[in-house]
Amino acid sequence: MSTFLWVIFPYICLAIFVVGHVWRYRYDKFGWTTRSSQLYESKLLRIGSPLFHFGILGVAVGHFMGLIIPQSLTDRMGVSHELYHVVALAGGIPAGIATLAGLAILVYRRRTVGPVFSATTVNDKVMYAVLALVILLGMWNTIAGSLLTIGGEYNYRDGVSPWFRQIFWFQPDASLMAGAPIGFKLHAFFAFLLFAMWPFTRLVHVFSAPIGYFTRPYIVYRSRDDRPGVATGSRAQKRGWERVG
Amino acid sequence: MRVMAQMAMVMNLDKCIGCHTCSVTCKQAWTNRQGTEYVWFNNVETRPGLGYPRGYEDQEEWKGGWVRADNGRLKLRAGGRLNKLLTIFSNPKMPSIQDYYEPWTYDYETLLNAPAQEHFPVARPFSLISGKQINIEWSANWDDDLGGSQEHAVKDPMLKGIEDKVKFEFEQTFMFYLPRICEHCLNPSCAASCPSGAIYKREEDGIVLVDQDKCRGWRMCVTGCPYKKVYFNHKTGKAEKCTFCYPRVEVGIPTVCAETCVGRLRYIGLMLYDADKVLEAAAVEDEHDLYEAQRSVFLDPHDPAVQREAERAGIPGDWVDAARRSPVWKLISEYKVALPLHPEYRTMPMVWYIPPLSPVVDVIKDTGYDAEDKDNLFAAIDALRIPVEYLANLFTAGDVRPVNDVLRKLAAMRSYMRDINLGRDPRADIPEAVGMTEEEMYEMFRLLAIAKYGDRYVIPTAHGEQAHALEELATDCPVTGYDDELMETSGPFGEGSGRGSLTPVAVENLKMLQERQSADTLVSGASKRGRVNLLNWDGRGVPDGMFPGRTEPAPAAASPAGPTASDATDDPSRLRGGEARPDNTAGAGEGPR
Repeated sequence: MSTFLWVIFPYICLAIFVVGHVWRYRYDKFGWTTRSSQLYESKLLRIGSPLFHFGILGVAVGHFMGLIIPQSLTDRMGVSHELYHVVALAGGIPAGIATLAGLAILVYRRRTVGPVFSATTVNDKVMYAVLALVILLGMWNTIAGSLLTIGGEYNYRDGVSPWFRQIFWFQPDASLMAGAPIGFKLHAFFAFLLFAMWPFTRLVHVFSAPIGYFTRPYIVYRSRDDRPGVATGSRAQKRGWERVG
Repeated sequence: MRVMAQMAMVMNLDKCIGCHTCSVTCKQAWTNRQGTEYVWFNNVETRPGLGYPRGYEDQEEWKGGWVRADNGRLKLRAGGRLNKLLTIFSNPKMPSIQDYYEPWTYDYETLLNAPAQEHFPVARPFSLISGKQINIEWSANWDDDLGGSQEHAVKDPMLKGIEDKVKFEFEQTFMFYLPRICEHCLNPSCAASCPSGAIYKREEDGIVLVDQDKCRGWRMCVTGCPYKKVYFNHKTGKAEKCTFCYPRVEVGIPTVCAETCVGRLRYIGLMLYDADKVLEAAAVEDEHDLYEAQRSVFLDPHDPAVQREAERAGIPGDWVDAARRSPVWKLISEYKVALPLHPEYRTMPMVWYIPPLSPVVDVIKDTGYDAEDKDNLFAAIDALRIPVEYLANLFTAGDVRPVNDVLRKLAAMRSYMRDINLGRDPRADIPEAVGMTEEEMYEMFRLLAIAKYGDRYVIPTAHGEQAHALEELATDCPVTGYDDELMETSGPFGEGSGRGSLTPVAVENLKMLQERQSADTLVSGASKRGRVNLLNWDGRGVPDGMFPGRTEPAPAAASPAGPTASDATDDPSRLRGGEARPDNTAGAGEGPR
């Protein structure tokens, strides 16, 4: 069971994540959008959306620090265990609170503002539920595991983090996760579930962060014939219309 | 010098009767879909008035277009790249649906299903956004023909500084119509605002388009465009804008709005311009110089040096020839009667306007003087600060002088032509007074008043060697999925996703329709996918799908009458003969070549 949960399941989810994105990008560029609802309602969005998004960016940075950077590296740099925890909590708690507060405002808005609610698909609702669950579990782990130490102290950098890194070397050790507290297990499980759902939801907009805007010229010129795939739009050319020469 | 060609339009406002035919036909062609209910690529505003969306010209509020920074360079009024990315999670300056209007329909069913009762049943309005019953409080053209102007027109941003001079008492006011489409600017701030780089300017003809596959719905273009002519499709989550009907223009026929214009007030043609000088011209210090600066960017297609450079830049010979015959070039640069709309936004707009003389003429007529007399008209233009100042606020960033010049030319043309029409000797001093020759004045009259189809629209076709890529032949559309049934548009990932289906963009101008209708052969009026477009059906033959298929005869009755029945069912299909024939779409594509 533990092999399935912490070896097979993560790989299935990551495979869906990667292949799904490639597939969706090729199949559904037109559907690749944030599907903004700002046209319907702006006041709540102006508070909730930046709160949530900047919060979750902070959370992402925190996860990078905790999961990717090995403990041995910070030890060698002379960062004590206590100092690491103070930094992690000082960054993580505000980011987590901002994320949760933003999410609460956005969900409230989505439910109470008529036009926004009627523009919400079932797909959206399921995704929001899993996303909220993952965030809540993560928040719980931070507060209960590290701040209040309910159920004993757990150093995730000894368990969860090495396991997560091992996934990318293709040698994950399921026993590392098996020993983690239930909160961490649930968080990891639902996070991978979210990864599997990712390419099929509006979350794909994360991967269209417009970094190129900084370097491209303001005005874009394009030739009428200069179309990816030669034919019109960005679709592949049709049979019988292939370019000659 | 870097020569580029730009498809441009001029509208003669004196001829606009405010019938909204352009708006309606444009909407039928492009935005009659879910998610674009409130989208008007073309709209006609009554001026003075608020415009659409309400008060869009107030850039202090909406932050559209460019401003000149202290260092002499242009910057986006709503903030540069870093600013855009920092506010990407919630656009601080996006008009809400309330600033446009909440689209609605009526529950017509209650009219049909109501039982016999004492009082007439009423169809109540329902919002197309929330699906709930609403009270209609605003719409596009709510202030049409100065309706409610005491309340609304006084808020017109263009009246700033001249409020005290404008009278809104019914007898004393003036008004005219302003049809608006996307300006297809030389320096488009919508394209500059797009984080994804989805909005681009076509190298060949300068048409500004949104790549629907690259747009990610960040909505910065809506803020960036000072004319508010980029709209957010709230179903697909993508930006959409006027396309200058590029599938039509590519095959040499005018845009839908121009084709159907009742007053024949639109002119379409090419302008050659020097792309290297655009930024410099857009950044001149004094706003009053912007009109002249933009004109200085245009290149004279009669100049051999320009022709040589154009050839070097890869512009085909027939395009240069079309630029020479361009009515737009004549009106902008030869007669100098067309003016840009809001040059102060520094986007270098390419849909220009001939300001209306009619408000002035009306005033003189009311005073009992001869409204066609040159001296009366000239005196009135000088004396009547309104509407001239108001027009200047619209077309020259408040500089009265160019507007005065244009109005004097139009007035001179009236006087000069009256003498000719009444059989009197034409007076050469009239054109002279406005710096024109008699020949020029007469040519201008021909172009403005007679306005033949071929004179109004000089549109070179895209080239045959590129034909395989043209929309009209490849029948691909940037806005997919809009030919589907309304309720089917929700894909697996939301509206409009995963639409592989291609919808041909139907083009057919009135001339083609006439040819088809008067042809000797039977032509199927059937449109794509078995649906019948009754507007196009010419009464010849029976289109597919007009009648439901015949039910098979009952087996018992069929045995004696069998062969006859099947003959009968075969007959109409033989009569139709439409199966093998290209439908009207393909026919239209072949027409102008």
